Amino acid sequence: MMTLEKLREIKEKTRPILEDRLKKEGKTEIREDGSIVLKGDYYKKQVRIALRNCEIINPDSIDDYIALDGYSALGKVLFEMTPAEVIDVMMESNLRGRGGAGFPTGRKWNEAFKYDADKKYIICNADEGDPGAFMDRSILEGDPHSVLEGMAIAGYAVGADQGFIYVRAEYPLAVKTLKKAIEQAKEYGLLGKNIFGTDFSFDIELRLGAGAFVCGEGTALMESIEGKRGMPRVKIHRTAHKGLWGKPTIINNVETLANVPIIYQKGADWFRSIGTEKSPGTKVFALVGKVKESGLVEVPMGMTLREIVFDIGGGVADDRAIKAIQTGGPSGGCIPADLLDTPVDFESLAKIGSIMGSGGMVVMDETDCMVDIARFFLDFTVEESCGKCVPCREGTKRMLEILEKITEGNGEEGDIERLESLAETISSASLCGLGQTASNPVTSTLQYFRDEYIAHIRDKRCPAGSCQALLEYYITDACIGCTKCARNCPVSCISGKVKERHVIDTETCIKCGTCMEVCPVGAVITR
Amino acid sequence: MVQVTINGIKYEVEKDKTILQACREVGIEIPTLCHDERLAPYGACRMCLVEVEGGKNLVTSCTTKVRDGMVVYTNNPKVINARRDVLDLLLSNHPMECLTCEKSGNCKLQDYAYEYGLVDGTYEGEKRNKEIDDSNHFYYYDPNKCILCGLCVRVCDELQCTNAIGFEDRGFNTIVATPFNQGLEKSKCVSCGNCVSVCPVGALQPKTKVKFRYWETKKVRTTCSYCGVGCQMDLLVKGNQVVGVEPAFDGFNNGLLCVKGKFGYKFINHPDRLKKPLIKKDGEFVEATWEEAYRLIVSKIKETKENYGAEAFGGLTSARCTNEENYLFQKLFRAVIGTNNVDHCARL
Ligand SMILES: Cc1cc2nc3c(=O)[nH]c(=O)nc-3n(C[C@H](O)[C@H](O)[C@H](O)COP(=O)(O)O)c2cc1C
Ligand code: SF4
Ligand code: SF4
Ligand code: SF4
Ligand code: SF4
Ligand code: SF4
Ligand code: SF4
Ligand code: FES
Repeated sequence: MMTLEKLREIKEKTRPILEDRLKKEGKTEIREDGSIVLKGDYYKKQVRIALRNCEIINPDSIDDYIALDGYSALGKVLFEMTPAEVIDVMMESNLRGRGGAGFPTGRKWNEAFKYDADKKYIICNADEGDPGAFMDRSILEGDPHSVLEGMAIAGYAVGADQGFIYVRAEYPLAVKTLKKAIEQAKEYGLLGKNIFGTDFSFDIELRLGAGAFVCGEGTALMESIEGKRGMPRVKIHRTAHKGLWGKPTIINNVETLANVPIIYQKGADWFRSIGTEKSPGTKVFALVGKVKESGLVEVPMGMTLREIVFDIGGGVADDRAIKAIQTGGPSGGCIPADLLDTPVDFESLAKIGSIMGSGGMVVMDETDCMVDIARFFLDFTVEESCGKCVPCREGTKRMLEILEKITEGNGEEGDIERLESLAETISSASLCGLGQTASNPVTSTLQYFRDEYIAHIRDKRCPAGSCQALLEYYITDACIGCTKCARNCPVSCISGKVKERHVIDTETCIKCGTCMEVCPVGAVITR
Repeated sequence: MVQVTINGIKYEVEKDKTILQACREVGIEIPTLCHDERLAPYGACRMCLVEVEGGKNLVTSCTTKVRDGMVVYTNNPKVINARRDVLDLLLSNHPMECLTCEKSGNCKLQDYAYEYGLVDGTYEGEKRNKEIDDSNHFYYYDPNKCILCGLCVRVCDELQCTNAIGFEDRGFNTIVATPFNQGLEKSKCVSCGNCVSVCPVGALQPKTKVKFRYWETKKVRTTCSYCGVGCQMDLLVKGNQVVGVEPAFDGFNNGLLCVKGKFGYKFINHPDRLKKPLIKKDGEFVEATWEEAYRLIVSKIKETKENYGAEAFGGLTSARCTNEENYLFQKLFRAVIGTNNVDHCARL
């Protein structure tokens, strides 16, 4: 059986060993307050709370986690606090859900706490379906116990004795790491019956998802755990009252749960001192796209997009001009470069037509076509719509068809209006968040980059030079008349005499790009 | 009781009702394509949208409960436009075959298209193009007419409890299918036809050889004659011919039937059907009157009882008789003929 005494012994024994190892590796530094952080410019401006242990501890070692105060919050909560007090602290901290919607975790817990039932459940949402997102995965693979501890605390708070982690099967390492972590925690008596010798029992089981994006939606996820087809339920009851198998259920995101233990270690005031008033704490982003240093960054809420891209990410790759930042994945929007000074928090992003979402952040430069970006995300949504409700099932498909038409150069007058009308119907009439947010990539690009749509539709031109169908191959007067392009063109549509400038018959050209590749003087361009 | 204001008029309604239920109770029409009072709320078709004051989005009235002080609009321009847009999307992925469709005249999609003034969907693009499953003996499924309201799937699951069908694939490609898409014939389907009875469009249709239009038929309420359960049903009668059966929703069977009641009606107009008693004369059955037939039965019973005694009789009655008829039958055997040799097919 685990006791507070034993926990301290393990910590005291393991901490020096861990520090030794870290010193040898040289990637970290130990601060005066005893906290261990990663070294380097990339990390300088970051504040790592959810990722506090990632790349520092050995994820397969529960002792490592304990060495850095792991499970001390659970001990504190069980011995010093009533469930109501645990919830009070959570409410005070104003930790908001990191899974996308930003709902206050304390309020959610309170709903389940107040609702009387013979059985309650805690679910950790580790479905992470946004393309390009990998923050939850990094936590699960790098610091699994922080999630387990967070779940156990949630369980104690609301009166649940069973937890499920719904993790996508495409994350085999996360699954393996979690399995091991659960086993170790059970062995130590930190999960299972009578934790720390108290009468609080809490067990955690894994459930593997099959990779449907919609199964990340809370109620679809519950259907899936119940063994049914993953389709969202109607919201006639709150899941905190009637969720999994009709019982009060708390569903929290991985990153949300990873924040939980440290809030009880350091207190709600400490947590509120980081970030902004309405969005306290930090957020992990997957910074990708045309940025010099891509990767996971964890920053205090309220940091501006500019700071994230330039001070942490080192600026735009190839020193091109930044055009936009896409946040929030397929449910998010494109933020134009002139709004780079927007602070990143739930409200500010929503105000400019995007969302925080789960933390995808894609940097785009002038070669990225905004219509094509919208098409890309719509393509994803159409693929992932569950097919239950009409606006999403039928409407997103029509939106995609129009976007495809536009990027292929067949856009017509009225397409923009059709897109806007569809967006309105889909977002206001869809059943779940997937449909309700599906048109954000379209509406935000229409809001900020309407000219690009118009250029595609009226002038049959792609200003970013990215839509293949709208490109025209053209030979400039740099041409030396070597005839190489004409000899290599598969459809023989280049004419010209030796040593004279050559010309492409654009009607016949199939846009294969061969001429551009073979031209020795770079005379072939696209326009 | 709570007070709600619907379209400007105040009503007192029960606390646990949905907006849809409240509206229907006070006689306000709201279009629905996926709702069925017998089933759990589902919220898929989005036709029942209404506006609730103070809300960000429109809400589906079938899945939203009334609250005290709620102000609801069921037919303002915003609501009507949203419903028309939803219908437009449905019609844009629908074969417009009303002219030859068996469901015409009894189709909710057709009715709403008429009501909301839509000739066709306005979005051109891909339409669902999947194979019809006509492997079942009694009915067929045309996925291209299916609007995926899910009523069939849920009736089969929640009421019929057979779970023969479900959804396959997702998004735009979703269809109703049997496990592993093996077809209805090879599935667990018991051909009860309860899915067919709830399909709001022509996607699930009985296989009928007789051509008829709904407006040519009249409904005749009757009791199913196949078993003692006594389900209530409406015969669809065209001229003097029964062309279909629909379950009664106001009977105790609550809109359900079994395969016999739903599909086994062709005997009614069958030429071989016995309508008069037959008596064998010189090795040939010939038509007789009931008077003649009863007389013959009575004389044979008397004769047999005199010569061989009451124990020579055995009576077997049918599950198609009602309780009362069965009671009378055993009474006849025990009290009149004088034997306990009486039994019932349901025991065999
Ligand atoms: C289509 C869709 C997909 C979602 N996918 C995820 C996901 O992969 N992970 C996640 O944590 N939340 C996801 N969510 C949000 C969840 O519904 C839910 O709000 C969240 O798990 C609650 O946890 P939180 O309050 O801690 O954020 C998704 C929502 C929608 C509508
Ligand atoms: S909005 Fe899309 S994903 Fe959500 S229930 Fe409707 S069809 Fe399914
Ligand atoms: S792009 Fe291809 S087809 Fe067109 S001119 Fe060049 S080589 Fe010929
Ligand atoms: S199902 Fe209804 S709308 Fe469709 S073709 Fe048949 S009658 Fe017309
Ligand atoms: S006929 Fe009956 S058993 Fe067969 S699919 Fe329909 S409801 Fe289910
Ligand atoms: S077959 Fe009919 S009842 Fe079943 S989902 Fe399609 S439209 Fe609805
Ligand atoms: S045979 Fe079937 S439909 Fe007829 S009464 Fe019996 S159960 Fe009902
Ligand atoms: S009837 Fe309400 S959503 Fe279909």
